[in-house]
Amino acid sequence: MNFVEEENILELNRVVMAFGGLMALSNLNFQVKKGMIKAIIGPNGAGKTTLFNIITGSFPPTEGSVMFKGLPIEHLKAHKIAERGISRTFQTVELFGNMTVLENVMLGCHTRVRSSFLSSGFQLPQFRRKEAQVKESAMKILKFIGLVDKFNDPADSLPLGEQKILEIGRALASEPELMCLDEPAAGLNETETYVASSLIRAINAKGITVLLVEHDMKVIMNISDEIAVLNYGQKIAEGSPQEIQNNRRVIEAYLGSEI
Amino acid sequence: MLRIGKIPIAVFALFIIAFPWVTHEIPSIEHYTDIMIFAGIYCLITMGLSLLMGYTGQISIGHAAFYGIGAYTSAILTAQYGLNPWPCIIVGMAISAVIAVLVGAPSLKLKGHYLAMATLAFGIIVYIIFNEEAAWTGGPDGMTGIPGLSLFGFEFDSVKKYYYLVWIFVFAAFIFTVNIIQSGIGRALRAIHVSEPAASAMGVDISRFKILVFVYSAVLASLAGSLYAHYLNFINPSTFDLFFSIKLLIMIALGGMYNIWGAIIGAGLITFLSYEWLYYFQEYEVIVYGAILLLVTIFFPKGLVGVPGIVKGWFRE
Amino acid sequence: MIFSPPEAGKPFTNKIPQVHLREFHKIVTRFYSMETITLSGQLFQYLITGITVGSVYAMVAVGFNIIYNVTEIINFAQGEFVMLGGLIMVFFHVVMGLPLIMAFPATVILVMLVGILLDRLAIRPIRQPSVLTLIIATIAASILLKGAAMFIWGKDPYDLPAFSGRNPITVFGAVIQPQYLWVIGFLIVIVIVLSIFFDRTIIGKAMSACADNPNAASLVGINVKQMILLSFALSAAIGAVAGITVTPISLMEYDRGAMLAVKGFGAAILGGLGSFPGAILGGLIMGTIESFGAGVISSGYKDAFALIVLLIVLFFRPSGILGSIEISKIKRF
Repeated sequence: MNFVEEENILELNRVVMAFGGLMALSNLNFQVKKGMIKAIIGPNGAGKTTLFNIITGSFPPTEGSVMFKGLPIEHLKAHKIAERGISRTFQTVELFGNMTVLENVMLGCHTRVRSSFLSSGFQLPQFRRKEAQVKESAMKILKFIGLVDKFNDPADSLPLGEQKILEIGRALASEPELMCLDEPAAGLNETETYVASSLIRAINAKGITVLLVEHDMKVIMNISDEIAVLNYGQKIAEGSPQEIQNNRRVIEAYLGSEI
Repeated sequence: MLRIGKIPIAVFALFIIAFPWVTHEIPSIEHYTDIMIFAGIYCLITMGLSLLMGYTGQISIGHAAFYGIGAYTSAILTAQYGLNPWPCIIVGMAISAVIAVLVGAPSLKLKGHYLAMATLAFGIIVYIIFNEEAAWTGGPDGMTGIPGLSLFGFEFDSVKKYYYLVWIFVFAAFIFTVNIIQSGIGRALRAIHVSEPAASAMGVDISRFKILVFVYSAVLASLAGSLYAHYLNFINPSTFDLFFSIKLLIMIALGGMYNIWGAIIGAGLITFLSYEWLYYFQEYEVIVYGAILLLVTIFFPKGLVGVPGIVKGWFRE
Repeated sequence: MIFSPPEAGKPFTNKIPQVHLREFHKIVTRFYSMETITLSGQLFQYLITGITVGSVYAMVAVGFNIIYNVTEIINFAQGEFVMLGGLIMVFFHVVMGLPLIMAFPATVILVMLVGILLDRLAIRPIRQPSVLTLIIATIAASILLKGAAMFIWGKDPYDLPAFSGRNPITVFGAVIQPQYLWVIGFLIVIVIVLSIFFDRTIIGKAMSACADNPNAASLVGINVKQMILLSFALSAAIGAVAGITVTPISLMEYDRGAMLAVKGFGAAILGGLGSFPGAILGGLIMGTIESFGAGVISSGYKDAFALIVLLIVLFFRPSGILGSIEISKIKRF
C-alpha cells in the first residue's frame, strides 16, 4: 500500500443531480484522499457514471460543489477540468479509432503542449520542437503501458484488452493528478484483467490518485485502499475493503442482490 | 495512415506547373488552362471544407456566402471606390472571418441536421442580401468593371499568368492545411469528429476548435471569391446561390472528404464536368450531379480517394 | 409566393399564362379600387395571407416530423414533395383533364410512390448511416427530383384552376380568395386524420413506438423498415396535398422545393422538432411573420424573414416553443 496523505484531493459536498424528475444523485458527500486508489461500487443505475461525469465536467451538478485541490470546479467545462489535472477513461471505450495508437496518446498530451493555428500551419521551428517533444513523451508512455510495438496500428484494430490499456495510457499522457477510470476491467479476460490492475497499481505508485468504478470485485478488493458504495444515488457505506466486505447494509443492498 | 507524403505533393506540383504548357500544344484542349483557374479557385474552398466537414465532422451548406462576401467586398471596394485590389482581398477575408465567428459561435453548438439547416439558412440570407442591396451590389444584374490583378507593375493579364497566380495561392493553402492536419490541432479536430466527450476529456476546447476551422474555411472561401471576381471582372448573385453550396458538397463528397486530396480531386472533376464535359446538358446537369452525389454516398462513402482501399479489400478476399 | 400586389420591376406578368393573367388583374383592380384601404383592413389582409402561407409551412413541417419521429432523419427533399404535388396535379387536372376529385387522389398516390422510392433508393441502401451521409443522401435526392421536374416541365411556372373559382370574398377590408380557405381547411383535415391515425390505429401506434425506441419496437415484432417506408409515404402524401392546394394561389415551378423545405423546417424547429401541435403553431407563426415582414418592412426580403426567425430559434432555443430540452438531448442526431 502506498503512503496516503491526509489531504483531500477531491471533495464533493452535498451534490445533487436530477434528470427531469429522476434523482441520479441525492445529497452526496464524497472525498478522495491524495495518493490513494479509491473505488466506487454499486448496482447498475446507482449513479456511478453520473458521478464521474460530474467530476470530469460532462455536465454540472444540479446542486452542490465539487472541489479539486481546494478549488471549486463544478462550473468548469470538461476541457478546463482536464487542464486542472483530472483525466478519465470511459465505460464504453471512446478511443479515436481512426487514429494510430501513438496519435491517441499524443492527443492525450494536448493539455500540456499546444501550438497555435498559425505556428502549426507555417511549421514554425517552435512548432516542430513541440511536436517532437510530444512524440517523445507519448512513446515513453507507450513503453510504460507496453504498447510500444503497436504504435503505428490504428487504435480500433487492437483487441479490447489493449484498447482499454491504451485508453488509460491516453489519460495518463496529460500527466494528471487524478485519474478517473470507468470500469477498466469490464469485458476483459483474466490475464487482461491482471495486466490492467497491475497497470493501475503502477500508475498509483507514480503518485497519481486513482478513482475507479468497477464491477469486478476481485479487482476492487485487490487494488483499492478505500471503497465507497452507492445505491440509488446515495452513499450507503464507505471504508476499507475489509470493512465493506463485512458491512451488513452493503451485503443487503448490493452483494446480496447480485451474488 | 493520414500522413501526406512528400512525393505525391511533388508530383502534384509538377503536374500543375506543366499543365498549361502541355495543354497549349494540343488545340482541342487548349482552353483547359482557363478551366483549371476555376478548378483552383474551387480547390481553395473545398480544402477548407474538407478540414471542416471531413476532418472535424461539422457540416456546412452555406459556404457560397463566404465565397460571395469575398467577391463582393473586392468588387465593391475596387470598382466603386477605386482601391488597390490586394488590400481589398484582405479586407474581404477579414470581414468573412468576423462573420464566420458571429455565425459560427452559435451555429457550431448545434449538431447534425440543425447545423446543416443553420448554415443553409445563413447562405440563403446572404444570397438575398446580394440581390436586394442593389445600391451596393448592383442587384440581380451584378457588377461590372472589377479590375484585374497586378503586382509591382506586373499584370496578371493572360490566362496563363492568372493560372499561376491562382495555383500559387492554392499551393500555399494546401501546404498550410496539410501542416494543420498533421499537427496537434489536426489530431484534436479528428478527435472531435470521432467523440466529442473523449476529446473534451483530453482537454480539447471543442467550441474553440470548431470556430477556428469554420473561420479558416470561410477565409479561404473569401479569398477564392476575390480571385474569381478579379479574374472575370464581373459578378452577379447567381454565382453564390444555394446550388453553389451544394456543388461544393458534391465536390468534397465525390473526391472524398476525409482526405485533403479528395478536396482537390473533387473540385477538379466537378469543375471540368460543369465547364466542359456536361456542357451539352446545360442546366439539366443538375440531374447528373444528383446522381453522382447519391451514388457516391451509397457506394463510395469515402469518395474516389477511398476507391483504392475498396479494391484492395476485394483482392484480399 | 402568395398573392400580393405586383411589385415594380419584377418580371411577374410575362411568366403567367394568359388566362390566369386576366383573373389576376381582376383581383388586383378590385384590391386597389376599394374606396378606403383601412390600416386595419391591410393588417387583416396580412394576417389572412400569413395564415394561408403558414398552413403550407405547417404541412411541410408535419411532413418533416413524421419522418423524423420514426427515423431521426431530416429529409431535405421534403419541399420537393410539395413541388411534385403541384406539378403532377397540373398534369392530371389541366393536361389530362381529369376532374378534381380524381386528379387529387391520383396525384397524392403518385407522390407517395416517389416518397417510397426515396426511402428504397436513397436512404435504405446506405450501409453506414451517419448524420452527414443521410443529409447528403436526401440533398442528392432533392436535386435529382428538382432536375427531373425541370426536365419534364421546364422552367416555367404552372397554374392550376382554383378549386372553387377565383371570386374573392371581402371580409373586414381584406380580400380573401376562396382557395385560401381550401388550404387552411386541408391543414385542419390533415391534423384530424393524423391524430386519429397515431392515436387510434395499430399501425399509427406502431409508428410511434418506432420513434420512441426502435430496438424495443423490433423486439415486439414491429417491422421497423416497413414503418420507415410508411413514414416516407405518409410524409410525401402530406407534401403533395400542400402542393396541390397552394398551386392555384402561388403557381408552381420546378425549383420551389428548397425554399419550402427550409421554411417548413424552420416551422418544425420553431414549434419543437417532432411535435405535431408545434409544427402547426410554428408554421402559422412563420407564415404570419413572413407576411407582415414582407408587407410592412420589405417585400424584397420576404424570404429572409422566415430564415432569420429560423436562425434565432436555432441559436437561442433549439428545442423550440413546445419541444422539450430533455428530449432533444437524448436524440441520436
